[in-house]
Amino acid sequence: MSSLLIEKTSPTAYFRKQKLTLTLFLLGMIFVSWGASVLTQFDLFDAFAAIPRVAAWMTANLLPDAKAWSRLPRILDKLWDTILMSVMASVAASVVSFVFAILGSVTTRPNGVFAFLARTIASINRNIPVAAWAMIFLLSFGQSSFTGFLALFFATFGFLTRAFMETIDEASASSVEALRAAGASYSQVIAQAVIPASLPQMMSWVLYMVETNIRSATLVGLLTGSGIGFMFSVYYKSLQYRSASLVVLSIVVVVLAIELISNAVRRVIL
Amino acid sequence: MALLEVERLTKFYGDSRALSDVTFKIKKGQFVAVIGPSGSGKTTLIRCINRLIDASDGSIRYDKEDILALKGAALRHARAKIGMIFQHYNLVYRLTVIENVLHGRLGYKSSIAGVLGMYTEEEKTKAVEVLQLLGLEDYVYRRCDQLSGGQKQRVGIARALVQDPRMILCDEPISSLDPSSAKIIMDYLRRIQKDLGITILVNLHQVDVAKRYAERILGFNAGHLVFDGPPSELNKKRIHEIYGTEAGELIID
Amino acid sequence: MTAVKRNLRTGRIIVKRPTAAKRWVNVVLLVLLALTIWGFLTIETKGTDLGKATVDTIRYFGIMFGRPAGVDTHFGVSGAGSWGVFTAALRLLLVTLALAFLTTLVGAIIALILGLLAARNLTNTRTSNIIKGFVAVIRAVPTVLWVLIFAIGAGLGAVAAVIGMSFHTVGYLLKAYSESFEELDEGVIDALRASGASWLQIVFQAVLPSSATYLLSWTFIRFEINFAVAVAMGAAAGAGGIGFNLFMAAGYFFDISEIGFITYLILAVALIMELVATQLKKRYHIHD
Repeated sequence: MSSLLIEKTSPTAYFRKQKLTLTLFLLGMIFVSWGASVLTQFDLFDAFAAIPRVAAWMTANLLPDAKAWSRLPRILDKLWDTILMSVMASVAASVVSFVFAILGSVTTRPNGVFAFLARTIASINRNIPVAAWAMIFLLSFGQSSFTGFLALFFATFGFLTRAFMETIDEASASSVEALRAAGASYSQVIAQAVIPASLPQMMSWVLYMVETNIRSATLVGLLTGSGIGFMFSVYYKSLQYRSASLVVLSIVVVVLAIELISNAVRRVIL
Repeated sequence: MALLEVERLTKFYGDSRALSDVTFKIKKGQFVAVIGPSGSGKTTLIRCINRLIDASDGSIRYDKEDILALKGAALRHARAKIGMIFQHYNLVYRLTVIENVLHGRLGYKSSIAGVLGMYTEEEKTKAVEVLQLLGLEDYVYRRCDQLSGGQKQRVGIARALVQDPRMILCDEPISSLDPSSAKIIMDYLRRIQKDLGITILVNLHQVDVAKRYAERILGFNAGHLVFDGPPSELNKKRIHEIYGTEAGELIID
Repeated sequence: MTAVKRNLRTGRIIVKRPTAAKRWVNVVLLVLLALTIWGFLTIETKGTDLGKATVDTIRYFGIMFGRPAGVDTHFGVSGAGSWGVFTAALRLLLVTLALAFLTTLVGAIIALILGLLAARNLTNTRTSNIIKGFVAVIRAVPTVLWVLIFAIGAGLGAVAAVIGMSFHTVGYLLKAYSESFEELDEGVIDALRASGASWLQIVFQAVLPSSATYLLSWTFIRFEINFAVAVAMGAAAGAGGIGFNLFMAAGYFFDISEIGFITYLILAVALIMELVATQLKKRYHIHD
């Protein structure tokens, strides 16, 4: 009898509860959006009105002109610096991250204390935004590419350590157990199981970081007065939008090219 | 002369007991199956023997050595003399078959030689022989992720065999395999025991397989050793004691 | 023994076999390494004494994290005392969070619509590819440039910031959403199609309900990212919020204690959000 009752009432009750949850959720979202809009003086209608206006303006004013094209060699020079900077930061960070990931991963950690330290340091690094890192190093290293490198290095290190730890745990946990059972030493386990099993995936992460860092390098460059970001800001601030636009286009081409290469490499190595 | 002596072995996970006061001896060359429901302590037992898990109390003697007292190089050396095969094969799938098989030699090598993967000609020849024994001679250079489940498990057995073990621990070796591959693997284990005189200690989910292959069966329930005898003594009533009444009936039918 | 390869000269058994994957791993490693070394040799430091700068940095770190403090006038609350500075900073933090929230919301709505069009099982391959290609180009432009481009038309401020930051949010969420749609059981859609349901009915009765929690988790993860982005936009594109104060503290006031104070606040928010995101990822087995 009671089970019959439940069967009879529960579907409607269930749907009512679902509807209530959904309504409350939507109301909550609307309320928070309203609060956020007031706080930031954001106007949704302004925003949507701005899109066609900006789009029209972009098509009219952002096509690079002859003067912009004459600056291409200088732009490409800075772009090359930026590529180097992001590769350097990614590679240097990956080496440190590898060590930290070995210490911190559940599969390979030598002991709990090291693991805790490694994870905490990585977590703090990861959660300080790259912009903050740039500002921190700006004081002592001044407006230079090296400051940009340091900012990218620290942000990348935090991210890659977590990615590498997950990779190690996923790719090699079971084979590490088998090698331990066969009497392999710690260093043998790392060299014979962890590295062969996770190197390709780790490399894929490094390529991803190179790509991401080129975009971040633009931001860091704006903040630290170096690389392609600085180039953009000079043209932008002096209202030479057609040249600034060429900077943007060149970044797009490089990022897409790197993405294509990375994807091709991934297909072979993974 | 017992090869393995387990005495009053106990393992706690926090407050829960995975193994309580387990005592048994295994003679050299025996084929022993361990059965019991999930969570009865089978896997914990196997892993305590080669110290993948550290026991809380009790003692384990293997080949006259006190396993639980070993440290560092001595522990490595003891592990090298015990082979192990796993339910999920636990191979390095990006490496070739022969590279995985040679991993079985790491316990005997200096750290640096192992790190660099420098194996002697004898070791390589031994690996090839073992692969021939297991019918894998055509797959020596195949990457392990290109093999079928049954082939992967044979690579696992090969890796254990190049260790020159006196005993092989098998943790549910056929649970991930289809029936025909499972039979092949069990037949290989029997051959290894009969022809090479290697002791086999195998966790099994399937009572009928245990009865068919083992000379002796250990039954576990909730961390206690509740049955220890030849398959002929494992009747319906005993199975019920191991698995609990309802489950026992299902397994028999 | 025929299958075993031996070294022709020494007759030894060969263990390692060269494969395309291994070769490419080595090639990529070498290229990256060479670029890195070249980079270190040629990087411009504008004459900074790196040794001295490193020592300075370590000293600054000590001040930042050891003696964090905000200056009242920098936060527009002259004479308010440290509690007043703290609440003013919290308000700015809230502005940054609000920017991140609005961006995530606008991005999520657009991504949801495009995601339904881009999911291969809900639309045709051509539409799916066009949308995905379009997004790839959009994502290639750094967020800060999107914000600055929109600032030309809409003025510096929240509108330019939110729209500019939405581009990458759409790109990120579109990928996440369409992939969760694509994981939906093909049979469910077929069954509904067979019973005569329209595309919209399928979306609202099957697709959205079954992937709602998944979509929300992804959205939160992007919210977490957008917080860091909003900090950066405050610093680099005058979008307001705590990021702008960070930029002023480091770029104009050279106040190390204040950098520390602001960094602590940002770190606290980011760590809390990471904790929530980690729980969500664990529960829904998400890998980003």
